[in-house]
Amino acid sequence: MDIHEYQAKKILSGFGVTIPRGGIVYSPENAENKARELGGSKWVVKAQVHSGARGKAGGIVVCNSVLEVAQAADKLLGKKLITNQTGPEGKIINRVYIEEATDIKKELYLGLVFDRSSESIMVVASTEGGMSVEEISKKKPETIIRSKIEVAVGMQKFQAREIAFGLGIESKLIARAADTIIGCYRAFSELDATMVEVNPLVISNQEQILALDCKMSFDNNALFRRNQVSELRDKSQENPNEVYASDRGLNYVSLEGNIGNIINGAGLAMASMDMIKLAGGEPANFLDVGGGATPEKIVKAFKLISMDEKVKVILVNIFAGINRCDWVAEGIVQALQKIEIKIPIVIRLAGTNVDKGNKILKESKINYIEANTLEDAANKAVKALEK
Amino acid sequence: MSVLIDKKTKIIIQGFTGKMGTFHADEMIKYGSNIVGGVTPGKGGMKHLNLPVFNTVKEAVKNTGSTASILFVPPAFAADSAMEAADAGIKTCVAIVDGIPSHDMIKIKRYMKRYSKIDKMTLIGPNCAGVISPGKSMLGIMPGHIYKEGKVGIIGRSGTLGYEAAQQLKNLNIGVSTSVGIGGDPINGSSFKDILEKFEEDNETEAVLMIGEIGGPQEVTAGKFAKENMKKPVIAYIAGLTAPKGRVMGHAGAIVSAYGESAVEKVELLKECGVIISKNPSVMGETVKSALNGKKN
Repeated sequence: MDIHEYQAKKILSGFGVTIPRGGIVYSPENAENKARELGGSKWVVKAQVHSGARGKAGGIVVCNSVLEVAQAADKLLGKKLITNQTGPEGKIINRVYIEEATDIKKELYLGLVFDRSSESIMVVASTEGGMSVEEISKKKPETIIRSKIEVAVGMQKFQAREIAFGLGIESKLIARAADTIIGCYRAFSELDATMVEVNPLVISNQEQILALDCKMSFDNNALFRRNQVSELRDKSQENPNEVYASDRGLNYVSLEGNIGNIINGAGLAMASMDMIKLAGGEPANFLDVGGGATPEKIVKAFKLISMDEKVKVILVNIFAGINRCDWVAEGIVQALQKIEIKIPIVIRLAGTNVDKGNKILKESKINYIEANTLEDAANKAVKALEK
Repeated sequence: MSVLIDKKTKIIIQGFTGKMGTFHADEMIKYGSNIVGGVTPGKGGMKHLNLPVFNTVKEAVKNTGSTASILFVPPAFAADSAMEAADAGIKTCVAIVDGIPSHDMIKIKRYMKRYSKIDKMTLIGPNCAGVISPGKSMLGIMPGHIYKEGKVGIIGRSGTLGYEAAQQLKNLNIGVSTSVGIGGDPINGSSFKDILEKFEEDNETEAVLMIGEIGGPQEVTAGKFAKENMKKPVIAYIAGLTAPKGRVMGHAGAIVSAYGESAVEKVELLKECGVIISKNPSVMGETVKSALNGKKN
């Protein structure tokens, strides 16, 4: 799960990371008031959307008067911000963050992620703040510092100091920098995060070390024990069909194509999508109804797919194991009696009691195209599209 | 032979008396697995499915001599149960459960570092279908009848895609020595490489089919291992050609976040290691068949 910049900042400040003063607002009037309240003569108005690269997309505006702050907020609120990470549909700006401007002396990069090779938490830092980590690894790989943290004992001061010295931070600021790095590590480890990124981490002209922008993501599997994190979910930042799906226990990712698919198991779903692609089609979605493929889940899946207007053909591919094909077939028949689908449906069943399952489908009054193998199903789905 | 489990392997069920534990214990018994009891804290002394229930894994091991276990406990308690199994001397433990936090998986793996290589438990999963040595024993939730007894090892992340492969092999009259589902999580108990090592040593396995997917470095690490250390042919299929970068495709671990993690890149890197690539998921069986024939020539 992703959260907004201002939420991540609030969390990190609770772990001893210094952040510029600021506040969240929902209207231009409040934006102006917030700017007055913060004082000073320069502010930054920041669109709060779940995406990086907001600056390039016009989502971050530097203002020299409270009037400009109000105008910037007015321009941003209610609009969709389209960045190179949001896709063409963009993400809605429902709140903006007003922050005092910082006099930047130096911009650094600090990130924490799970390292799947070493199965530990990895800190990545660089003197080239402001660029994305991908850009840094391409353009300035020699500036990257990596430090693996032993999770059983947590991050040690010396490790944080090594990173800070590696970043060329002056001696008098080292202790403060080390505390900042350890604060980020503690937030990562104590809140079941999967990513913490402070970019840039800045040294100001006033010799403060500040998290100027940050992002945090969390392990969905751990939200059950992190109420303070799960409360921060903002569904307006997610695709509405994906929200509908996740609220109903379906694994769904919306894609660009027009062949909708309903499959049991994530691996089989990806494989079926590969087959669609190889047959010359494009999948409209990834949808895993779970290995068990219960009739309830199948009904929900058909409902979800029928909500997607791009979909011109539906491909159902179920490999039934302990849940037999006859049971799955009954689920499909029930679903299609409840939901009216006007586009072609290709169904491929495999596994336990496949003949019985196909017999149930045939004897029912549902209108569908039968397929036998993965390849057959994909070919028939693409062919049905042409009609 | 087979890897991890055979006819004699004594198995206990952790989370025995729950709905899932009961259902799948029954399925495993019907298949012929040697289930000798189970553990549910607080229900020790009871009989369940005519088998003894114990309060702790240590007690169960002491009384039954079991060396393998399978977990049917909710994700929040799974790490605790896996560590309990490791500490009680269980040699092979399968965690079926989907939804264990990654931080907990790191904790389990760190905890297991205390044991010497000989005493160390092999953890399979989580978020997997388990292990089956066809005709011998099933330590999982798969439909046993789709697996034919034979000499191809299977390692896969996905349950149902693994079934698809087993079915394709069976249709070509090719059998399986052992099929191991390592699970779809970013951090798992055993990696592709860990299981490849076991198959290379197993004298009944003649070839290994790896069913991988996008995300993480494991498939390529296994490919490098195969290139340097294996005589048996390794065949691989990587799912997720159409997966967009940065999106989780169902399995928590199926996300492309770095170079070498997309399906296309993994296939390229595996080819460089001499791994035989199954071009698409509908020819996994045929690709294994021609690899086996090639070996005979």
